[in-house]
Amino acid sequence: MLFPFALITNNSFKTETEYYANGPYSLFKSLNLDALKKVWNLMTYSIKLRNSIVISLSVALLAIGISLLTAFALGIGKVKGKSFFIVFFLMAFLLPQEVLVYPLYYLFKLVGLYDTRLSVIIIISVLYSSFGTYFLSSVFSAFNRELIEAAELDGCNKLQLLFRIIVPLSMPSLSILFVFFFIWSWNEFFIPLIFLVSNDNQTITIAMAMAQDQHGTTVTSQSAAALIGVIPCIIFFVLFQRTLTKGITLGSIK
Amino acid sequence: MTHKDYSNNTKIATLKASSSLKKGYMVFLIPGVLLFLLIFVFPLLANVVLSFTRWSGIGTPVWVGFANYMKAISDSNFWASFKNSLLLVIAVTTIPTLIGLLLAGFIFERIIAKFGRGIANFFRGGFYLPQIVPVVVLGIMWRWILQPNWGVLNLSLKAVGLDMLARNWFGSASTALPSIMMMMIWMQIGYPLVIFIAALQRIDPTVYEAADLDGASWLQRYFYITIPLIRPEIFVVVLTTIIYVFKAFGQVYVTTKGGPGQATIVPSYFSYQNFFQRSLVGYGATITTVLTIIIGLVAVGFIRMQTKQEQEG
Repeated sequence: MLFPFALITNNSFKTETEYYANGPYSLFKSLNLDALKKVWNLMTYSIKLRNSIVISLSVALLAIGISLLTAFALGIGKVKGKSFFIVFFLMAFLLPQEVLVYPLYYLFKLVGLYDTRLSVIIIISVLYSSFGTYFLSSVFSAFNRELIEAAELDGCNKLQLLFRIIVPLSMPSLSILFVFFFIWSWNEFFIPLIFLVSNDNQTITIAMAMAQDQHGTTVTSQSAAALIGVIPCIIFFVLFQRTLTKGITLGSIK
Repeated sequence: MTHKDYSNNTKIATLKASSSLKKGYMVFLIPGVLLFLLIFVFPLLANVVLSFTRWSGIGTPVWVGFANYMKAISDSNFWASFKNSLLLVIAVTTIPTLIGLLLAGFIFERIIAKFGRGIANFFRGGFYLPQIVPVVVLGIMWRWILQPNWGVLNLSLKAVGLDMLARNWFGSASTALPSIMMMMIWMQIGYPLVIFIAALQRIDPTVYEAADLDGASWLQRYFYITIPLIRPEIFVVVLTTIIYVFKAFGQVYVTTKGGPGQATIVPSYFSYQNFFQRSLVGYGATITTVLTIIIGLVAVGFIRMQTKQEQEG
């Protein structure tokens, strides 16, 4: 199952001749960083990395912010038509992005935000917040009503209720959402493909999908291209493993 | 701090407080709803309207009624894209779900019992890793492995004398779609696996007592008791996977770009081609509208089925 990953790791440290001479299964002779360096520079990886980090962080924060506010109204405030709202919001998450893209493309060009990271951040945050609203409002609905009513009677206004009580109480759920949103937006491909045209704005996923010339034409450099695409994800995986597993279990039950 | 005495005036006070506060909650909906209207509702409606026009993206759209839909019906690319998508949905939903069920059972019963959680977590993590990596990165990894001249697969086949099995995997019409299928199955296994392992953890072991007394084998136990018990999770997995595979875009973009010919064209990629390469915005909108309707129907149908099952069971 993990064998393909092992293959690209092994073969990224070889020279071309090594690969052709000894085959893909032989262990690399020395930690030859040439292929990796070449691909890093060819696709200006550091710029792409910066963009991916900026976008993913912003989306995670913004999407959580929007979800918090909306779920607060639906889950705690129990506004009328709550289930209608939730299904409505959830549709944004289930339906294909292609159905939204052309009008959005036109709209953002109109306001001059085309080819900016901000456009991608806004669009993706709003789409993800539909899931966040669905998730958080069921979390909030399960909160102890007496606690909330006690707070209201004690005279705290809604903003205080939200930030002093609800947010601290829902930290586990918020951290799950943060990890999910961060990873999902890191992996986003279609929206960045359409909206980020110039080299300086593109994310890692776009760089990965570009033509061979950005990856070098040799077998080792193409393996290296795949490898530097995988490594950040492995890091995230190791860092966020626990939160991820908690989240997937919770998400499936809901 | 003195304990408040909630006696007679409690009910009145609570009612008053909650009704006045209920009004105040609407305001928290405003940012979300406004953004939602702007980024989702408006574009969705605009897209549907565009599907009835002919437009190149510049100038004004021209109303053409159902012309695009008629065109779609007689367009072999249109049908090919949905046929390919259907094949992908069937393969990539059923096979990983079945494998996930079996593996989850195996890991849960055998591995956790004999080797403890650490090893089990390692296995689970290993299978789940492809779900964390971007689809396009996995795509170029598989493109590298399946490269016809120096890729690992063909080199290995040649090394063991099985030359004649070597193919231009992504490049020839007969093997392109199956190759994408295999790749997507490999990518998808981790998802049902993780969900089913979690599902197994919520089953009360006592339900097995009767079966164990009767001397049921592990497999019998698993099929007749366990699987029906985790039906909700199976349901969620199947529904979300179907929708996910229907929307697949990156997998095709980075490996075959819809070719060769019509072998791997899918609706999402086909609409992309019409929007941004052929400047047939109206037609692209038609394709996406149809795709959206199908996904919407699938979602609604499944949810109806599930609520019915919940009411019965």
